[in-house]
Amino acid sequence: MEIPYTVENRPDTGIYNAKLGIWLFLASEVMLFGGLFSAYVLLRTGAEPGMWPHGWLDVRLGTLNTILLALSAITTLLAWAACKVRDFGKFKFFHACTILLALSFLCVKSYEYHDKFIHYEIALNDGTFADGHLEEKSPDFDLKAKTGTITILGRIVNDRKELMDLRTYKPVNSKIEIKVADILKMQNYGPWHNTYTAIYFTMTGLHALHIIGGTIVIFYIWAFNRKMWKTDPERFTNRVEVSGLFWHFVDLVWIFLFPVMYLT
Amino acid sequence: MQATVQQFPPYRPDDADEAAAHDHGHAHHEPNFLSKYIFSTDHKVIGIQYGFMSLCFLLFGFFLMLLMRWQIAHPAMAVPLFGSLIHWACGDMAPAVKDQAGNLMGYAISPELYNAFGAMHGTIMVFLGIVPLAFAAFGNYVVPLMIGAPDMCFPRVNMASFHAFFLGGVVMFASFFIPGGAAQAGWTSYSPLATTIPTNGQAFWLVGMVLLITSSLLGAVNFIATIIQLRAPGMTWMRLPWFVWAQFVTAFILLLAFPPLEAAGVLQLMDNALGTSFFLPTGLAVAGKVGMASGGGSPLLWQHLFWFLGHPEVYVLILPAMGVVCEIIANNTRKPIWGYKSLVYSVLFVGFLSFIVWAHHMYMTGMGQTIATFFQITTMAISIPSVIILTCLFLSLWGGSIRINTPMLFALAFLPMFGIGGLTGLPLGLAAADLYLHDTYYIIAHFHYVVAPGSLFALFAGVYFWYPKMTGRKMNEFWGRVHFWCSFVFMNLVFMPMFAQGIKGMIRRMSDGGINYSAAHVPGAIDTLPQNIMELNWWIFAAAVGLGLSQIPFIINIFASMWIGEKVGTNPWQATTLDWHTPTPPPHGNFPSEPHVVRGPYEYSAPGHEHDFLPQAEFPNAAHAAHAHH
Repeated sequence: MEIPYTVENRPDTGIYNAKLGIWLFLASEVMLFGGLFSAYVLLRTGAEPGMWPHGWLDVRLGTLNTILLALSAITTLLAWAACKVRDFGKFKFFHACTILLALSFLCVKSYEYHDKFIHYEIALNDGTFADGHLEEKSPDFDLKAKTGTITILGRIVNDRKELMDLRTYKPVNSKIEIKVADILKMQNYGPWHNTYTAIYFTMTGLHALHIIGGTIVIFYIWAFNRKMWKTDPERFTNRVEVSGLFWHFVDLVWIFLFPVMYLT
Repeated sequence: MQATVQQFPPYRPDDADEAAAHDHGHAHHEPNFLSKYIFSTDHKVIGIQYGFMSLCFLLFGFFLMLLMRWQIAHPAMAVPLFGSLIHWACGDMAPAVKDQAGNLMGYAISPELYNAFGAMHGTIMVFLGIVPLAFAAFGNYVVPLMIGAPDMCFPRVNMASFHAFFLGGVVMFASFFIPGGAAQAGWTSYSPLATTIPTNGQAFWLVGMVLLITSSLLGAVNFIATIIQLRAPGMTWMRLPWFVWAQFVTAFILLLAFPPLEAAGVLQLMDNALGTSFFLPTGLAVAGKVGMASGGGSPLLWQHLFWFLGHPEVYVLILPAMGVVCEIIANNTRKPIWGYKSLVYSVLFVGFLSFIVWAHHMYMTGMGQTIATFFQITTMAISIPSVIILTCLFLSLWGGSIRINTPMLFALAFLPMFGIGGLTGLPLGLAAADLYLHDTYYIIAHFHYVVAPGSLFALFAGVYFWYPKMTGRKMNEFWGRVHFWCSFVFMNLVFMPMFAQGIKGMIRRMSDGGINYSAAHVPGAIDTLPQNIMELNWWIFAAAVGLGLSQIPFIINIFASMWIGEKVGTNPWQATTLDWHTPTPPPHGNFPSEPHVVRGPYEYSAPGHEHDFLPQAEFPNAAHAAHAHH
């Protein structure tokens, strides 16, 4: 038994099965991320006035990542074009670039995540807030026993709202040592911090999972499908095309995530 | 003068011959048990796998409901027969009942356990029962046969879809056995309740849902691609049996409506596991204490995301069932279905509209009059194509020489039962009436009329109808009719009284069956539940037991007929569609030679022919294929 139109186009629909399948899958992905973007809109419009963070992320790193993904979109297209003209060497080169660009993107993203996880907001007993990067904890640091000290590189503000908008104002940071006995509550900028970090980590995390999945698929085709290239180059080219369509979609999601999370 | 014939592009022998030679190189392995029944990529095996699993889950979900009905009729009394079993499975959630001397009387159902049963009954019936049976089981088995395809477009994806479904079912089932018990926030899992109940059952529920959503996503992609790409030559869109159209629209609904629930599930899982506040408002207090979560979230957001799936899901439950009914009615009235084109356009319109009616589940949430007005209009509008479909099916009976058999009985019963379910939904679509009826037993009666004597009857019809194709034997007609009449009577005895209870103001989801609001319990208070309404609880319980017993002939029939049922040929119902023009049971690859479709799907009683039906397809290469096989 043979399933028809796995490689060649069906004449009246003008498409082969897997390409139709991936477009359908991408339609559902649009709805998945669409749901999350709607959640973003509702959370942002429903936030208390002045409590939605702005400028918490480094625009330079976001721009770098945008460029990395845009380049990977170009190399993906070139890899497919190389397959179409049956140049396996060029295909190997361009998709090697794609994979390296994807890995660089993930490295930058992990650095950004790490940066948020070591960033603490500390509510003090006198009603002020210390906010900054963790420098060190003293050996006897213990929140429950209220012993020890913690040093952050940051600043102290009187109102939490002063922490929210960093688009134009660049805070002056200095080393501050805080006694644990003075701490009311201490929390890093993880997903639990507020609804902004929650949706930021969820959406970029899900996007990163898509990057990882796409990279694995592209690497599999790149490394293990040489035999198919020899026996059935058209089928191989289709695989490159279908995985490339997925990759372009993942890039496109980032094109929306970047302004929504970084620029506004 | 000499004519020259030039071929352009120059003829190049394609790889077809080479591929064929390559194929013959492989010996045909006799598949072992695992690859034949567990890891099969054959759409028919996968369809049967889905069918078997979903029937088991339907039985289990029904069992949960029986326990709940016992609790409603006899609050806090020891459960007969199954008390020890529940105590074994759910531990202290089923507390011991002792008499005054301290002797153990049995085990009862605690309010928490009742809530868990309620949540899981809904979840199991919808996501593990009706949807996999209506869409995945019948769709998988019948659609490729009907369109003349050798299999689904992506057979391995199809297998993965079933395995994801199976895993999802296991996770859901396992949640009963964990400490704290299964999810207890209703099948709708409203936040913040779903986050604040102290059990990991909700996390199990969410993981299970993600697996089930993955399963239906893979299935939906496969169905749409198959229907678009693998139609046999001549099978134009307007020659598709309407069942295929219904499945096609259903697949689009699953493809596009489920992902927002997946998004919502991820967010709720973050709320439960990582302490985020997507759905938790600022200052949320639980058990008198302000929670530690950051707040700032929106409980309404969950409801929007949930019902964006939840309402299209209703059409996932009903459209394939309507498709089954359509095929059976055309076959047993022996005449073309009335208004085929109206049916096609209506089902497309229903599919589209189903995406913009969701907030009629949310009139009580205070989302605002403007939004409510929009959703009232769309809700009234969607009833139009639904009524067109039902009307076409009714009119198809007109002037037919109707053949009565078990599938036809169930299909005929579907029409008025779905009609009752649909018409009682209209007051719920209008905000003014909904404010009074919302969250009462009226709602329960309404949607159960749509899904239980509606969808489920149609699916029973489908089982009786396609059983001969799957096994080569008919199910027993006498016991089929016993099954039908008993189910029909008891089904109505179960659900009809709930309309009365709901109109009198009995609220759903009360583990005591409303006894604390009854006239007997609080005499003199206004708007209490009168005694006759309270007594209905007992009658509904008795009818539910009767409904359970009515399924015994069906269960025995479905197994026994495999061996002792009447043997039949390939086309016992004398049907036109392609599924009846393959060998019985169809082999791997379905058709011995490629079918060529030459006419529409319902050419019954065309004058001037030997038989009263004209098969949809011809097999021009049948002789050639037979020759090639020898």
